[in-house]
Amino acid sequence: MAVPDVAVVGFAEAPNLRAADATTNGVEMLVPLFEQVLDELSMTRHDIGFWCSGSSDYLAGRAFSFIAAIDAIGAVPPINESHVEMDAAWALYEAWVKLRTGEVDTALVYGFGKSSAGDLRRTLALQLDPYSVAPLWPDSVTIAALQARLGLETGMWTEREMAEVSARSLRDGATNPLAQRGHATDADALLAEPTLADPLRAYDCAPITDGASVVVLAAADRARELRRDPAWITGMAHRTESGTLTARDLTRSSSTQDCSKAAGTDGVAVAELHAPFSHQDIVLRRALGLGDAVSVSPSGGALCGNPMFSAGLSRIGHAARHVLDGRAEKVLGHATSGPALQQNLVCVMEGGN
Amino acid sequence: MAGQLVAVLGSGQTHHASKRTDVSIAGLCREAVDRALADADLDFADVDAVVLGKAPDLFEGVMMPELHLADALGANGKPLMRVHTAGSVGGSTANVAASLVQGGAHRRVLAVAFEKQSESNAMWALSIAPPFTMPVGAGAGGYFAPHVRAYIRRSGAPDHIGAVVAAKDRRNGALNPYAHLRENDVSVDSVLETQMLWDPIRFAETCPSSDGACAVVLGDEATADRAARRPAWVHATAMRTEPTTFSGRDHVNPQAGQAAARALWSQAGITDPMSEVDVAEIYVPFSWFEPMWLENLGFAEPDSGWKVTEAGDTALDGRLPVNPSGGVLSSNPIGASGMLRFAEAAMQVSGRAGDHQVDGARTALGHAYGGGSQYFSMWLVGSDKPGGTR
Amino acid sequence: MTGTSPPLSAPFDVGFDYTRTLGPVLGPFATALRDGRVLGIRGTDRRVHVPVVEFDPVTGDALDELVEVSDFGTVVTWTWQSRPSEGQPLDRSFAWAMIRLDGADTPLLHAVDTGSAEAMWTGMRVRIRWADERSGSITDIACFVPADSATASEPEAPAAASDAAPVTTVVTPIHLHLRHSASAQESDYLRALEQGRLLAQRCTECDKVYIPPRGACPTCGVPTTEPVELPDTGTVTTFCIVNVPFLGQRIAPPYVAAYILLDGADIAFLHLVLGCDAAHVRMGMRVRAVWKPREDWSTTMENIDHFAPTGEPDAADETYAHHL
Repeated sequence: MAVPDVAVVGFAEAPNLRAADATTNGVEMLVPLFEQVLDELSMTRHDIGFWCSGSSDYLAGRAFSFIAAIDAIGAVPPINESHVEMDAAWALYEAWVKLRTGEVDTALVYGFGKSSAGDLRRTLALQLDPYSVAPLWPDSVTIAALQARLGLETGMWTEREMAEVSARSLRDGATNPLAQRGHATDADALLAEPTLADPLRAYDCAPITDGASVVVLAAADRARELRRDPAWITGMAHRTESGTLTARDLTRSSSTQDCSKAAGTDGVAVAELHAPFSHQDIVLRRALGLGDAVSVSPSGGALCGNPMFSAGLSRIGHAARHVLDGRAEKVLGHATSGPALQQNLVCVMEGGN
Repeated sequence: MAGQLVAVLGSGQTHHASKRTDVSIAGLCREAVDRALADADLDFADVDAVVLGKAPDLFEGVMMPELHLADALGANGKPLMRVHTAGSVGGSTANVAASLVQGGAHRRVLAVAFEKQSESNAMWALSIAPPFTMPVGAGAGGYFAPHVRAYIRRSGAPDHIGAVVAAKDRRNGALNPYAHLRENDVSVDSVLETQMLWDPIRFAETCPSSDGACAVVLGDEATADRAARRPAWVHATAMRTEPTTFSGRDHVNPQAGQAAARALWSQAGITDPMSEVDVAEIYVPFSWFEPMWLENLGFAEPDSGWKVTEAGDTALDGRLPVNPSGGVLSSNPIGASGMLRFAEAAMQVSGRAGDHQVDGARTALGHAYGGGSQYFSMWLVGSDKPGGTR
Repeated sequence: MTGTSPPLSAPFDVGFDYTRTLGPVLGPFATALRDGRVLGIRGTDRRVHVPVVEFDPVTGDALDELVEVSDFGTVVTWTWQSRPSEGQPLDRSFAWAMIRLDGADTPLLHAVDTGSAEAMWTGMRVRIRWADERSGSITDIACFVPADSATASEPEAPAAASDAAPVTTVVTPIHLHLRHSASAQESDYLRALEQGRLLAQRCTECDKVYIPPRGACPTCGVPTTEPVELPDTGTVTTFCIVNVPFLGQRIAPPYVAAYILLDGADIAFLHLVLGCDAAHVRMGMRVRAVWKPREDWSTTMENIDHFAPTGEPDAADETYAHHL
């Protein structure tokens, strides 16, 4: 049985804000995005065959917080729908598989999160071992700082290399109107800043961001009807590493490397990486084997806006845009989940038919 | 059915209890996983991807517990996904795992679902009232009781129908070695004598609060063809969602459940579910939901599901045995409850249901619902490979 | 139209003391901590993991070979927490470190009390400072201190009586502090409630009147916009009598939780019905709001204390049958 080809045909992202005027159910952020992306494709919500979303109850502090987001769709008559308690990049994986079964020929994937509602860095401590680590409440910046120093002291990277990542991101962020931050700067200026969590400086860390994003997928002929240049998904893979943080080699990302092999990343011109900390950009580039010719996170990446549970999906959307606009032939979008790059996903997209 | 063929190769579940104080969360999951792998005659090395489902993270106070559980699930170096669709999640998790095979992404997938309710208190977690809201909520029972009342009024059902279901499911549970409640001396009268908790729902008509886990191993056609034991072929899967509330919503017979059932029967080529399905594991956390879902699923005409129940047709020896395992009324580890329905359906058609086996079962329904009766997930499994070859 | 004031928001605390059961590996680890000792576990690859893990981080095999390790160790990596937050091991600035205890192969994450970041370095030797009172939890290790510091001469942790029962559970308090925001539409409704008015909104696509109004009409996916004032009379569509007490409950049972369809609304909401015997509440019963004293009003539906029967004849079935 032939498996249908699947492509990204649409993408929309909400402004990356430190604190959005919005409820934790995402409705206010999602309603305009659905309208924008469906209008652009001359579709209505009734044309969508499958819906899949990613979000987290813990950001809202409530059980079943994702249920109210359904209101933003107008899900009457009922919809074919599913939800992952992960970044919506994994919802995209679920939707991609669904399209490949042939059951539906379009899917809309969305992610949302209002990180500003709580104390995000503290909340994320609840992702750690609930018996031996979480009761101490080490926050997410702490975990990243421990990883950063491991790499610095084993010669895997330098503070200057980290600052160069941040400077590149901030300069790129200035060109992205939806980014939370961005300005002209260089590594020297950033290295002069004080540390936030030694050895991390504030610019090494993604800001706390409220946001949402939407990607529309379509299969085979349907994709060609909707878009002149669909971004065909030619490879997609995700992997997890151990849940025991201290048993992993935190200076490498074996899961990303495995994804890279499985998805076939050779020859990408653009790579949008979901690296919430500057040193993680270095870890990911190495795991993906990206050379200097590859444009890395031209959107500014997660360092210029990291809306939890949609930032990974947004990376895929931003990467896809380069193909949809005819600016690149082969691109990749990457997403991460969990502490210190525990889970990673790579989606490779190409133009042409 | 869309995509490539997929079959259940094996399933496993824990002994369910109100407090499994002998195991951690990981240990609980692993108990089900080890049984499922043994049942499928496979080990971790044979598994290509893992899907974990559970209900709200607030129940255990662990954010995205699949991250911590990766080692216990044998997921390291593999794809690991986490599904959450409220109370239907156990079923949705199995369906997502099935789609990974149907879509050609993976050949053998382990799906796991759990809830360790004793780590906190579900009534608390489900009744958290944020600012500005009226704190009238009273857990799941308080939510569903008004809709049960509406059903009773609308259908004209006699008051004792709920008790008929409760007595049947509890006695069935006594035949299931893994069930939380194993009460073979329950009668309609004894149910009717118990306290009204959320009038019109009596104590004995409510599900228990359980710790438990369930796992199923799914495989592609080639793997299933080589399996030593008879697999359960997946003939159809369906998931449908509607908003929790909207003007004109039918809370008793929700559109989403009807739509999911129509999709399921159509995919499987079933035109008369009552005569073509041999056994059904239906998500019945409060006894009255048996007649309500019989109607919603198309086994009975609207307002007449209670007649099917009253006639004894849903008993173990009836026309359509419903919940021979004892169902949610006998064990309710919320996140796993849906998968238990799906796994029990598979056990029936592969002849592995032990003392609660329905003789000659060849086609079985697994059903789950969640949220405010707004998330529905179901699958239909059979002894025969779809397309008719045995 | 939706008002111009910013949406309402309010503090929202969510907390629970979770009771975690430990099982055959974490239980002995916790018991040892209570007794002032640290256990590791040998992995499939022979590495000794501290803290213990139940399943091998490489193969997933169930592990059971517990080994005792030292309470001295070496810092593998560290960072500085200048402003500690709720629940962390120390209430003054401290270092977080991964510490490989002597006899272990993988490090433990904990706090180190050095007073300043300048006193921290990778490779430094540290030892455990035990908590004065221990219950069998990772917090029984109060923190680590430099191995050569004066505090390191503290007496050894007193061994607990050997006949103390093994630790099988650990209580983990998890308390989060959020800020809950209402939608713009809901905020208009709440501000109207403060004035004793019931402000609904009509969806301009389906013409249905929603109370509370919605950030998105659930059938159309667009915000409700057109304001509609509703009276405080309505019909009980359906209800339940809550007889069960539960944690966090703010209304003493028994009480009637009923769906009230206000006259002119197209959707019912849950509220209390009092003012008659619970057994006399009926589907179709006509009710009117009983407001709290005006001086107690704020931006909440709790301004309405409850609904009480009006004494009118019951509403006809067809007036509410489509709202069940």
